[in-house]
Amino acid sequence: MNNTKTAQHISPRLELINISKQYPGCLANDNISLSLMPGEIHALLGENGAGKSTLVKTIYGVVAPDTGQLIWDGKEIEIKSPSTARELGIGMVFQHFSLFETLTVSQNIELCLSKPQLASIGNLAEKIRQLSQEYGLNIDPHRYVHSLSIGERQRVEIMRCLVQSVKLLILDEPTSVLTPQEVSGLFSVLRTLAKEGCSILFISHKLHEVTEICEKATILRGGKVINTCSPADETSHSIAKMMVGDLAEQDAGYSKKEGTEVRFQIHDLSLSTQHPFGTSLKHINLELKAGEILGIAGVAGNGQDELMAIISGEDSRPVNAHLTMKNQPIGNLKTATRRQFGMAYVPEERLGRGAVPDMSLTENTLLTHSQGFIKYGLVQWKQLKDYAKQLISDYSVKCHGEFSEAKSLSGGNLQKFIMGREIGQRPDVLICAHPTWGVDVGAALAIHQALLELRDQGAAILLISEDIDELFLLADRMAAVCDGYLSPIVRTQDTNIDQIGQWMAGTFINNQQHDADMLQETTA
Amino acid sequence: MDADFIAQILFSAIKTGTPLLFIALGEVICEKSGVLNLGQEGMMLMGAVVGFLAAYSTGNMAFGVLAAMAMGCVMSLIFGVLVLHLGANQVATGLALTIFGTGLSAFVGSDFVGKTIQGFNPIPIPYLSSIPYLGKILFEHDLLVYLSFIMTVLIMYVTNKTRLGLTLKAVGENPNAANAIGIKVLRVRYLAIMFGGAMTGIAGAYMSLVYTPMWAENMTAGRGWIALALVVFASWRVGRIMLGAYLFGLASIMHLVLQGFGWTISTNLLAMLPYVATVFVMVIISADKFKEKLLAPRSLGKPFDPRHMA
Repeated sequence: MNNTKTAQHISPRLELINISKQYPGCLANDNISLSLMPGEIHALLGENGAGKSTLVKTIYGVVAPDTGQLIWDGKEIEIKSPSTARELGIGMVFQHFSLFETLTVSQNIELCLSKPQLASIGNLAEKIRQLSQEYGLNIDPHRYVHSLSIGERQRVEIMRCLVQSVKLLILDEPTSVLTPQEVSGLFSVLRTLAKEGCSILFISHKLHEVTEICEKATILRGGKVINTCSPADETSHSIAKMMVGDLAEQDAGYSKKEGTEVRFQIHDLSLSTQHPFGTSLKHINLELKAGEILGIAGVAGNGQDELMAIISGEDSRPVNAHLTMKNQPIGNLKTATRRQFGMAYVPEERLGRGAVPDMSLTENTLLTHSQGFIKYGLVQWKQLKDYAKQLISDYSVKCHGEFSEAKSLSGGNLQKFIMGREIGQRPDVLICAHPTWGVDVGAALAIHQALLELRDQGAAILLISEDIDELFLLADRMAAVCDGYLSPIVRTQDTNIDQIGQWMAGTFINNQQHDADMLQETTA
Repeated sequence: MDADFIAQILFSAIKTGTPLLFIALGEVICEKSGVLNLGQEGMMLMGAVVGFLAAYSTGNMAFGVLAAMAMGCVMSLIFGVLVLHLGANQVATGLALTIFGTGLSAFVGSDFVGKTIQGFNPIPIPYLSSIPYLGKILFEHDLLVYLSFIMTVLIMYVTNKTRLGLTLKAVGENPNAANAIGIKVLRVRYLAIMFGGAMTGIAGAYMSLVYTPMWAENMTAGRGWIALALVVFASWRVGRIMLGAYLFGLASIMHLVLQGFGWTISTNLLAMLPYVATVFVMVIISADKFKEKLLAPRSLGKPFDPRHMA
């Protein structure tokens, strides 16, 4: 903010002056000012709920600000809709991709272009190929999007902006879904773009990435600009402090444990997927010991969902002895029976899987705690309510009360509640996906503590996550999934982020084995 | 059984299938945009009664058809406002529309029951209609049947070859993404719903002006429902909808065919054929989970509110 006065001779590409946006019950943006030069890579940092998304949606014309000015290339403007934004040359790559899976790459891109733009391009497929080569994106215009990997889809989104000769590119947490190798590919594309004069606004909360690629960073907290700095002059620690305030001290690491006896096992499990865009599981072998956390890394869509479904019993195909728990086969048991046997389960999808949206927190508690709170076939509402209240206060779940509907909670708060509910069962085996995804730092800390406590009491915990940093922090042993294969399992101390990254990209997959599986799949 | 008899049966199958074809063509556009309108039966009855009234009082058949189209649009607009703007449940609203239309059409048409008019005359197309057998089957129909041929080709072209078709598919698959790239989702859905209403209005007019040129309470006899089944039966493909409409048409005149063989089967049993066929097809589609998910519009029946974007 200070250096806007020192008036460079080039004028900023985009200037925001005192942008405010009020939502019912929360001031999402509070007098935010920001300026972006041509060719600048600018990070927008902040915790969940700090107002980053609202701010970029304002720039992209999805949200209208209550007050404040937007100045684009020196002229004050009003961006009423995403199409106005795109006409100006503002492109955005969304966190949850806005692609149409049943259309091809080139059809997806065509939909974003106005008729004159399309006419000036001529042969769109040819243009895509040419840009693809120029920036090393490696995209085939005629492929259907549902057949693309997550990394490829992101490149399609970037391509969509490139085709429109973008002047400002906004990326909303672009790296959260990529392998470390894909991240470096993305960064080189961004650097090329910046060199050509394109401004880039980069939302992230991964500090090391920000220090690596961004020249400037604006830090938001509670809807306000806390600071604008050059990441190069700061340490990760000092930036983290600005993001979260002084409340939470980030813990450097937790102690690692060796597990004891094998509590849960998967033996040579191969299973074809039942979803058109799914991944088949191939020869999965895994031993989960009592008193350990086993972390499974992997980019979304590499078989995690299928693995979760078969372990929990949601996928009800009998796999009998391929799954054993406490030395007994459980592969033919129903979900409820598995739970009674001591398994607890936190699915990735919170609303709809982890909790019923239209039911109160009390009722949602009952769903997995039916044992303790039912007497003579009647629900013990008093005890149940007290227990739900207890969970709400123990995990500091922000809500109106135990009667609140699950859907009225924010994602992070609901996650805290679900984690609490499952941990509260004192399970022998806990299967858990993305435990702190979308949860703020303070609450994540509480969830981490609860998981570690559960481990120390002797539970076996299987942790499936896309967040490598978290896995390194929590897991005692680690593996990665890629294309339905599970990598070897190693102790966390004996590996590093590079190796796990390689595994996430599938370097451990034996080619001959892979070919044999492909053959089997096509003949089956 | 000779070839003339078969030609006669196929000719009748097309005639019987035409109202189904109109409704299903409209509904497939509506469903491709992600909206399920179960109000077809009610809209069709309103189209039939208004079409009949307009044609009866003016003596102008074309005016009757236009009035029926307009009525269909109005009915579908009511539906559109309720589900798109007020966020009402699509299934419940559609059912309500059917009940509403059934009652209102009976009320409006009560003075006209039993009156008859001179319906559309068949217009044989020169040259084409003299092709042996084929000419008899395809080219000796009335104007509305020819219109249904044209609409089929037109809709096939628009959905498969144009940007409009691409936009429609995008809105039905992922309205949030469509909104994010600047497509006006609600506008597309309104237009798709109203197109569906207009087509259903024509289907109603076809019943009361051509098929049986008169008005009787509940004269559509469940055709709106059969057409809804037809869209699923055809797995949202326009070409298959045409084929399916004539198959269903054939099924509903089957008792006549069988009488030709000297068999008698209860017409009530035969009336089940389209539904049985639809259930059968749905079972086949659902057996292949891969296909099922690629065929149906992904956001069918799910409301979209641009003010509450995630």
